[in-house]
Amino acid sequence: MLGQPLATIVSAGLSKFGAREGLYARELFAEAAREAYDRCPNLNPKRDIKALFVGHKGESFEHQGHTGPTLSDWAGLTPTQATRIENACASSGVALRCGIFAILSGMCDIVMVGGVEKMTHRTTAETTEFLAMASDFPFEQWHGLTFPGLYALMATAHMQRYGTTEEQIAMVSVKNHYHGALNPKAHMQKEVTLEKAMSSRVIAWPLKLYDCSPITDGASCLILTKPEIARKFTDTPVHIIGSGQASDTIALHEREDLTSLKAAKVAAQEAYKMAGVKPRDLDIAEVHDCFTIAEIIAYEDLGFCKPGDGGRLVEEGATKIGGKIPVNTSGGLKSKGHPVGATGTGQAYEVYLQLTGQAERRQVSGAEIGLAHNVGGSGATATVHIFRRG
Amino acid sequence: MSGVPPFTVESFYKFVSERKLMVAKCVECGFVLLPPRPLCPHCYSSNLTWVQLKGAGKLEAFTIIHVAPPQFQAMAPYVVGIVKLYEGPRLPGMIRNVEPQEVRVGMDLTVDFDTALPSQWPMWPRYFFKPP
Repeated sequence: MLGQPLATIVSAGLSKFGAREGLYARELFAEAAREAYDRCPNLNPKRDIKALFVGHKGESFEHQGHTGPTLSDWAGLTPTQATRIENACASSGVALRCGIFAILSGMCDIVMVGGVEKMTHRTTAETTEFLAMASDFPFEQWHGLTFPGLYALMATAHMQRYGTTEEQIAMVSVKNHYHGALNPKAHMQKEVTLEKAMSSRVIAWPLKLYDCSPITDGASCLILTKPEIARKFTDTPVHIIGSGQASDTIALHEREDLTSLKAAKVAAQEAYKMAGVKPRDLDIAEVHDCFTIAEIIAYEDLGFCKPGDGGRLVEEGATKIGGKIPVNTSGGLKSKGHPVGATGTGQAYEVYLQLTGQAERRQVSGAEIGLAHNVGGSGATATVHIFRRG
Repeated sequence: MSGVPPFTVESFYKFVSERKLMVAKCVECGFVLLPPRPLCPHCYSSNLTWVQLKGAGKLEAFTIIHVAPPQFQAMAPYVVGIVKLYEGPRLPGMIRNVEPQEVRVGMDLTVDFDTALPSQWPMWPRYFFKPP
């Protein structure tokens, strides 16, 4: 039996993802808010929205902190209370969960959750350094580890234990670029071949350029209401029926297993139990493919296959549109782009489109139940949310 | 217990400057804390003791970093790995004195210490791993 709605999505917005020259976080967030307001004409944002929770990873990129009220202002919500959430690349997955808390507490009937990041104006070296701040400073950053490097460590451990191949890992990229080519808001709207992915330059061996999500600008937002009032604002509500979040050690070396993210497994167990849903019940999933190996590990942590079988799952096409569990129909972080603070609610946006039949050329027909899996850093934070069509 | 260095990351690197790999061990439950910390995350005891490790082990996972942050760019490509020490805990670090393409999971490695102090904050001396 499916779980009761915790909160309901009545509208959603996503800026175009890409290199958005001359636009900073505030303008990108206003673009996402504009779409969400346009979808929801019965809403008076300043009057009705009682809180804004917004994910934003780093003040380093724009030399701009205190992002909560800044974005509230640019979204036309001042003096609504506004709070910035920072959990690395899971910032807006956590912001979504905070919005659910606000609704369930009874203190707010309507909230906005979202996220944003402006990244492309910096050099690759600077961005590499800023992103690495979400890993352990004394034992990882101080010894030259980078985010691609941390996921490369997981990749070599996975290859060693399970025989996963570099080709299987690269197939995630080929699949997600195929999906992203169908998404007009994706950063990289082009297909790639396995040969091109495999021959791209090495970033952190065994991960190559096409194993890494791009540096992207973008913003995303959702408007949540308590379930009972959702139909005042939309005929196509999407209920959130499961929510999980967990933490793990900040440093990778302290974890028992380098081939799995325990926080993601714990968050998934919590969300599945709350939702009354099993992995086989899902019609679609958006998972955190910051690096291709992360998607393979996500399949295993979320129960789409047994530990060690993730490489084979992508190889047999099960996670492509038309397969038994289409994953990352948006193009994922790999092709849609990964403006880190925007990613969690950006994933929920894609699930919202799919469950309301608005995903156009990439629509999975009849999709009713979806999942979003958002990971912070090398897995010290994970959130899992489960959605169903209202 | 005056004279016992506090169970902190700063103390860990002070020992590194003395060419020692030191970890904290919980006297109550026996858990080895690497990095050292003032509170055992398993039994919540603060009854801890410093233990010196030999620092030999096997390579469990590694990467060859080609795209590096600004302060490491001159060294790229360089190898970083996670070493499972024979004495129990794991430790990440750079792997030197071996060509990157010769590095293999499972190879034997042992800890060594840089003598030069970095000029940038927090100026901690670095340990690293090399073939024995």
